[in-house]
Formats: sequence, C-alpha cells, structure tokens
Amino acid sequence: MSATQAHTPAATEHRPGAEVVLRALKDQGVDVIFGYPGGAVLPIYDALFQQNAIRHILVRHEQAAVHAAEGYARSTGKVGVVLVTSGPGATNAVTGLVDALMDSIPVVCLTGQVPTHLIGNDAFQEADTTGITRPATKHNYLVKRSEDLANTIHDAFYVAKSGRPGPVVVDLPKDILIKPAPYAEAPSKEEPHRSYRPRTEPDRETILEAVRMLKRAERPVIYTGGGVINSGPEASRLLGEFVRLTGMPCTSTLMGLGAFPSSDPLFLGMLGMHGTVEANLVMHGCDVMLNLGARFDDRVTGRLDAFSPGSKKIHADIDPSSINKNVKVDVAIVGDAGRVIAALIEAWKADETPVAKEAQAAWWKRIEEWRGRDCLRYVQSGSIIKPQHAVRRLYEMTKQDGRDTFISTEVGQHQMWAAQYFGFEKPNRWMTSGGLGTMGYGLPAAMGVQIAHPDALCIDIAGEASILMNIQEMGTLAQYRLPVKVFILNNEYMGMVRQWQELLHGGRYSESYSDALPDFVRLAEAFHAKGLRAESADQLDDVIREMLAHPGPVIADICVAKDENCFPMIPSGAAHNEMILGPDSEGNAKSVTDEGKVLV
Amino acid sequence: MQRSATIAVLVENEAGVLARVIGLFSGRGYNIDSLTVAPVDEAGKLSRITIVTSGTEMVIEQIKAQLDRLVPVHRVSDLTLEGPHLTRELALIKVMGKGEHRVEALRLADAFRARVVDATTESFVFEMTGNAEKIDAFLALMRPLGLAEVSRTGAVAIARGSSALAA
Repeated sequence: MSATQAHTPAATEHRPGAEVVLRALKDQGVDVIFGYPGGAVLPIYDALFQQNAIRHILVRHEQAAVHAAEGYARSTGKVGVVLVTSGPGATNAVTGLVDALMDSIPVVCLTGQVPTHLIGNDAFQEADTTGITRPATKHNYLVKRSEDLANTIHDAFYVAKSGRPGPVVVDLPKDILIKPAPYAEAPSKEEPHRSYRPRTEPDRETILEAVRMLKRAERPVIYTGGGVINSGPEASRLLGEFVRLTGMPCTSTLMGLGAFPSSDPLFLGMLGMHGTVEANLVMHGCDVMLNLGARFDDRVTGRLDAFSPGSKKIHADIDPSSINKNVKVDVAIVGDAGRVIAALIEAWKADETPVAKEAQAAWWKRIEEWRGRDCLRYVQSGSIIKPQHAVRRLYEMTKQDGRDTFISTEVGQHQMWAAQYFGFEKPNRWMTSGGLGTMGYGLPAAMGVQIAHPDALCIDIAGEASILMNIQEMGTLAQYRLPVKVFILNNEYMGMVRQWQELLHGGRYSESYSDALPDFVRLAEAFHAKGLRAESADQLDDVIREMLAHPGPVIADICVAKDENCFPMIPSGAAHNEMILGPDSEGNAKSVTDEGKVLV
Repeated sequence: MQRSATIAVLVENEAGVLARVIGLFSGRGYNIDSLTVAPVDEAGKLSRITIVTSGTEMVIEQIKAQLDRLVPVHRVSDLTLEGPHLTRELALIKVMGKGEHRVEALRLADAFRARVVDATTESFVFEMTGNAEKIDAFLALMRPLGLAEVSRTGAVAIARGSSALAA
C-alpha cells in the first residue's frame, strides 16, 4: 500500500512536498498525467511510484506531453495535466503551452525547478521558467514556500478551467518537493477567488436586445466557435435547439466543428480561408450576425475592412478582451456560451416580435443557390488518389464502423481537407491546432484522446511532413498499446507551403519538397506498429479497412496527388466574396496585392 | 483618433505581477508613457499601478480588457474616462551653475513652488510635484540655466469626489 493511501493526514500533518502535490492532484480529480522525468522532479516520480491513484504516461518529448494533455482535455472537458523537469523539460513544453493558450485548452503543467537557493545562479538545467512561460500561459506560479504548495496547485486548476480556459504552469523547486509541507483542502466552490472572478452569466438586457435584433433580421447567420465546445456538451445541445428554433443558417469556425451536426441542412459548413462558398457568402451578405464563442480571427474574417460590411454584429464571448478586438460589434454579450444560448432560447420564446419569414425564405433561396455550386466537389478518376477522396472514404468507412470516432490533425492542407470532408456530428470529437497551427500536434493529441477513451477509434489525419515533427510518440503508442491510427496524406510536399508558393510566389518551391522521406511502412514496423500503404485508388478502401480492423497502432501511408490545392481559398488580404474556387479560377490569385502578401 | 488614458490598476502584490503588466504592453504593442507602482494597503498585499498610455479608443478598450483578465488584477479604472481626477508626479531636478544663472534658477523655482532639498556652492537639487506639463515647463526653463540631471516618478492619479477604487 502506498504512503499516501496508508495515511489520511490531518490538516496540520506535514508530508513531503511531492506527496502533497500528488494529493492535491488527486483531490482535483486527476487520474492521469503525461510527463517525462528528470533531476528536478525526481521526488514527484518517487511519490508516483508509491501510489496507484494517478497513472503516469511516459511520452518521448515534453512538447508531446502537453499536446497529449490537450487531446485528453478537449475530448473529456477535464483539465489535462503535464509533469516535466526543469530547464529543457520546461522549454520543450513551451510550444504546447502556447498551443493550449491560443486554443483555450485547460492544462496544468507542473515543471521542476532547481532548489530555491540556487535559483538565479545558472545552475544545471536551470531556466527562468516563469519568465519564459509568462506570455505562453494564462497564468503561472513559482512556489517558494512549502505552506503555499497545496493552495497553489488548487489555484492552478481553478484558473485553468474558469472563464476562458487555458494553460497554467506551476514551477516547483526541488527543495519544496522534498521538504515537509502542510496540506490544504481545495477551497469550496462558493468561496470566491481573491482576484479572478470571470463573468459567466450574461446580462439580461443585452440578451433581449440581441433577440429583438435577430427577430427582425432578414438575412441572419449564426457563427459559432470553440467557446461552444469549451462550455461543455450541454452548450452544443442548446445550440442545436436554438438553431432549429430560429431556422437560421449556422456556420462554424475550425475550432467549433462538431458543436452543430454537419449533416443538418441548417449547417453551411466551415467558414473562413478554406470555408465553403455558402458559409462565406452568407457572412458577407448577412444583415445580422450572431457570433457565439468565436473571436473574429484573421483566418475567418479575411480583409477586415471588407468583412461582412452590411451587418449588425452580436458577439457573445466569455472573454471581454475578445470583444471589439478585431471587429467592432453592435451588441456585446459577456458570458459562457452555454448560459448565453440558454438565455437566448428563453428570450426568443418570450419575445412576441414576428420573425421576418418572407425575407428569410428569400435568404434561404439565395443560400441554396450558393450551396448548389457544390464548392467542395472533386473528381476522383484514374489511379492517383485525391486527398479529398481519401478523407471522404475514411469518413464514410468510420461511419460504417460505428465506433465513437475522434479525429486529430497535424497542420496544413490535410488539416483543411479533414475539416472540409470529415463530417462531425458531436462536440469534443475534433482536435486540431487552430490558433497556433502547430505541426506535430496530431499524433500526441490522438494519444491523449485514446488514453481518455480506450475503446474509441482515434485517428490522426496527418501529412508526411507534420508527422515527422513528433514521430517519436509512436514509441509511446507501442508502450501503452494505444491503437491510434495515423492516416498520412502523403503528397511529398509541405503542401500548404507549396500551395502558397504556387499561388503567391511564382511557383518557386523553395524548400517545400519533402525529400528523403522514410519508408513509413517500415518506420511503423520499427515502432512495433502495423504499416500499410495505398499507392493507387483501388487500394484505398482495403487499406482503410485493414487499418480500422487492426487492434493496435497503425501508420497508413496514403500516397496522394502531389500537386492538389486546397479550395475554396480566400487569398490573404482578400474578402469573403473574393474566394478562389478551384484550379480554373486560380488566375485570381495573381491579383494578390503586396499588402496581402505581407499577411500570413 | 488617438487619446491619452490614465489607468489605475489594483493588483495582488505578488512576484511577477509587474512583469505581467509590462509584458502585456510590449507583447501586444501598446504604448507606456509612464508607469508607477507601489503597495497601497496596510498589509502590503495590494499594489496600485498607474499607467499613462495612448491609443485609439478601440486600443484603449483592449488595454483595459487585457489588464482586467490578468489573474492577479483586482480592478481596472480608466480615470480619464471616468471623470475628474488628480494627477501628480514628483521630480528631483539637479541644476548646476554659478552667478546670475544660480539666482535666476532659484527665483524660477520659487515661482514654480519647487523646494531646494540639496545645495552646494555649484548646484541645487529641486524637488517639485505637479502634473507632467508643469514639470516639463519648469525643466524647459532650467535647461539654459544648467540643468544637469532629472529623476521623475511618473504619474500617480486618483479620482476626485467620494467614490473609491477598492479590491
């Protein structure tokens, strides 16, 4: 029996700091942490060894630990927990932390630190972790006194999951982990935090104003984002209720996919740079826009001064700093997406203003015309596999498979194709690096999802370049027998870089060719996984079938068309009504201004 | 349209809080015209930061919203927007000179209600408080008279009237 289990220490009893840390984690409901040991955190690893309540997943690189925790958090709604050592352990985690910050994912990352008396002395494996991670986290702490240890861990969890969620670092000097420390229970939910009390309940008056505006709308649109997902599954259920109640068209950002079912006729598909024609033209032509938990990101708005020029905008966000940051709005609602939608439903039902039915019918007629252009169509002919077709077949075959399916992606063309061609019906099933755009995110994220959902089907839709950025995690899959499927759309290019070079830089493919690639089948085998390859269209279904049927981890190397571009595309510096629809209209891109080229 | 804003921020007096505020300004490209900070409560648990910044209305709204969402921040108050307020700055000003210049410097200091807090046969240190414009005006007059060194605190500010900013 472990030390922590054997004792039920009284409030005043002192235990070694490392044990206090684990007890605080346990009290916060943590059952799994992703980490990598090192000198400064040895006391925590020693305490982990002597208990069974918390499972530790040993990753192969600290960045992957954070992405795995993100995947865990996004698929469960719980806080993901990371444990890394000082110095390089902490600096390796930074990319993951910024990723979680940009996408508002609750993560608590415990970092080891050199003992307090050596801080600032350039000791071995010392880094100014709180200094480095200050702009990389929602908040961070350095614990310098044993009596603050337990409270700081509890505080970190509160901050990570309250308001707009985000990553929190707790830097733990080694002496604090060894010295006896008192335990403190987590404060009760009723006890207000001393300074951080984000608003979640929307103001009633603004809700009524929003409803009055929406009722009178002739060309409305509901535009939803990751805030709806972060609010929890109930918010997605309410969103479905509200959209159907109002009959308004609904579009979603990359981060919000799954909140509203993609198969519903009221759904227009994703909007933005690689969004559908109907979604972007609806955004451009609407007269009232309701933004629920999205942040008018540049991938969504395109050129700001031409963004939805004729509309009144209502913006609901839990983070007041997201409101009026990029786009000036007419009605600002601060609150949690779920509470906001619930209040909107109630107010909508109570308000007796008649809806502009005729005008809205005419609006839907125009939308159906746009939808009729079928902007995502592609032609799969011949033996070369179109990447769109590969994703579509994967979607159809996973649907037949029937298992609960979770998709993660890396970053680039394959990510956009996954967003466009894989249909998401439920929230928390889609993990992608939206804000930071981190290549190497997908494999560790899928790993974290699989840990949380051992019986689910977890697939990383990847590119051959991205996957190599965290390929070492194949070792983690093998160690924990995690049956994650890595589905590589292999076009032998950093496809999105190549696409931009084709469209904006005269086809000079500077350093974007994936030369000297490994043999992914043999690479899979070297990592004790199954390797599969589809080289022609007639092999695709068999490979997918075999991948889904295999009980362990798989890399499926899908050799796809090398020069396929991702369309529709709003070129940088352009507006929603200036989309490039396909290869035939690529000439449009030649008109990208220097101002546009400056944009990322 | 650019405007200047004097913002009072009540924060937890904890390690790194000033770095957080300054990092926010540099990271997001906001201006800091002046910044002062000191503990303001009996227990030393709360500090008040006074920031003078400038930007468009949208940027200043952003600055306030960004400050307000920092975890150790209790309150953010835009004194410029919220009505009449007092702004004061303290300056220590060293002027070196002899003869006629010395007499003139003393005479002007008296007119500006600057106090002499140190003197040698070749120098004075004046202490003066006031708003930034008053100190600027005094410094402009001292320049030809042997202005050698200036140390300024930056602005501190408080709203007029009976309302109080508290945690």
